[in-house]
Amino acid sequence: MFNKTNALIYFLAFSSGFSIMGIELLGGRILAPFFGSSVHIWGSIITVFMLSLSFGYLLGGKMSIRQPSLTKYGLIFLLASIMVLPIALFAQPIMEFIFSHIEDSRYGSLLASTALFFIPTIILGMISPYSVRLLVTDRERSGQVAGGLYFVSTLGSALGTIITSFYMVLAFDVNSIIIGFATLIGSLGLLAIAVDSLAKKEVAYA
Amino acid sequence: MRKLAALYLAATALLTTQVNAEVIHSERSLYRNILVEENGDLRCLKFDEKTRMSSQSCMYISKPKQLVFNYTKLTFASLLMIEDPKNVLIIGLGGGTLSNVIHELYPDAIIENAEIDPAVIKVARDYFAFVENDKVTSKVQDGRIFIKRAAIKKQQYDWVILDAFNGDYIPEHLITKEFFEEIKSVLSPNGIVAANTFSSSKLYQHESATYHAVFGDFINVSTAKNSNRIILAGYEHMPTEQQLASRIAKLSPLLSPYGIDLHAISKGMASTKDNQDWPADTKVLTDQYSPANLLNF
Repeated sequence: MFNKTNALIYFLAFSSGFSIMGIELLGGRILAPFFGSSVHIWGSIITVFMLSLSFGYLLGGKMSIRQPSLTKYGLIFLLASIMVLPIALFAQPIMEFIFSHIEDSRYGSLLASTALFFIPTIILGMISPYSVRLLVTDRERSGQVAGGLYFVSTLGSALGTIITSFYMVLAFDVNSIIIGFATLIGSLGLLAIAVDSLAKKEVAYA
Repeated sequence: MRKLAALYLAATALLTTQVNAEVIHSERSLYRNILVEENGDLRCLKFDEKTRMSSQSCMYISKPKQLVFNYTKLTFASLLMIEDPKNVLIIGLGGGTLSNVIHELYPDAIIENAEIDPAVIKVARDYFAFVENDKVTSKVQDGRIFIKRAAIKKQQYDWVILDAFNGDYIPEHLITKEFFEEIKSVLSPNGIVAANTFSSSKLYQHESATYHAVFGDFINVSTAKNSNRIILAGYEHMPTEQQLASRIAKLSPLLSPYGIDLHAISKGMASTKDNQDWPADTKVLTDQYSPANLLNF
């Protein structure tokens, strides 16, 4: 049951977990110049991430019903990659606008987190349930598959958190790290699509 | 940074008195535990943090005018660089000592204090005689946000004092090029910024390079090795020797009641023009790159 395609799916789930927490961690850095570094900043960021992940799970699960494929799975990654980019490209003007319109830095930071992180995190949240759908082949093993998937994606999150905060911020600019995450998940999406089309060709020639 | 001051105080307290420090007030805030401790004649505001206790502000109960910490005294080197300040902004209140002294020296000056922790303001009022009136105000706000809002309102300050680092933790958004540019934008034409900051650790170089990138040459004020330094930046011209001498003569009698020896302090002032003591390729800290706490070792 553990074939190459499944290994790829686990690896992609790991990478999305890694990127989600890396981005969340940098969120504090991105917001601080406009909204300070008090505890409410983290309140805003974590709220937005949890909320958008919850919507993402719902959407990803729904999307997995109709003709699930590795190509569609790859497209989710590609879309996520595109949606992460505005965090690096437009954070400054977005936060300037919010800062000048909202005096209270609690609501300012909540709105700014929503504007920057809501959509990309929804899309990244879709990955987990979709991965379960691609991996599960029989009911007996569904719990085990889901457990294994939570394991790799949460392990990815843990590593994404520590590597970003301990090492990457010392070596790179915040925006470079964000663009790095976007590149990582975008290329993995392309890889999934490529693998799927190669597999289809093999089937066709067989 | 205040490590040494705290150590020194602890050492002298041990040698000179047998009185044990007594916690007379403690308060848990959103950010930390705050303690007010009395040791003989000395009352200190302390932040109780994971690793150790650090004294943030101290006063002699019998002589509240006498300043305790060297760095507080060094801050007054600023007065050699500016005329009588009319608008003062202090980021980081501590016990309110700086605000009180400046208010006594310049009763007509408008003094604004920005402090992120409301509990610190409360303790300053209750235990350190922090004065607030129609000239002196305090606001619970992050220093960065305060200055951004002040810039939008086109406010100008003759003297901005940055005293927001407590030695254990550096707010990383308060040590970047962008922040210093924002400070610069609220300085009046003859205004200066005085920052109480590091004299050792790797961060010293990064911080120096960052100040230099925004303000050009600046002055380091430090009288003892390995203690705090005060950075004075934002001035247009260095005062001449004669100007300095006449300012010292004029201000010394005003400042000596506080234990400030302006003459000695002026000897500890060194411009980076003659002594750029950091490598030319030192990375400037920015909002994009500011691992200040990771560099502070």
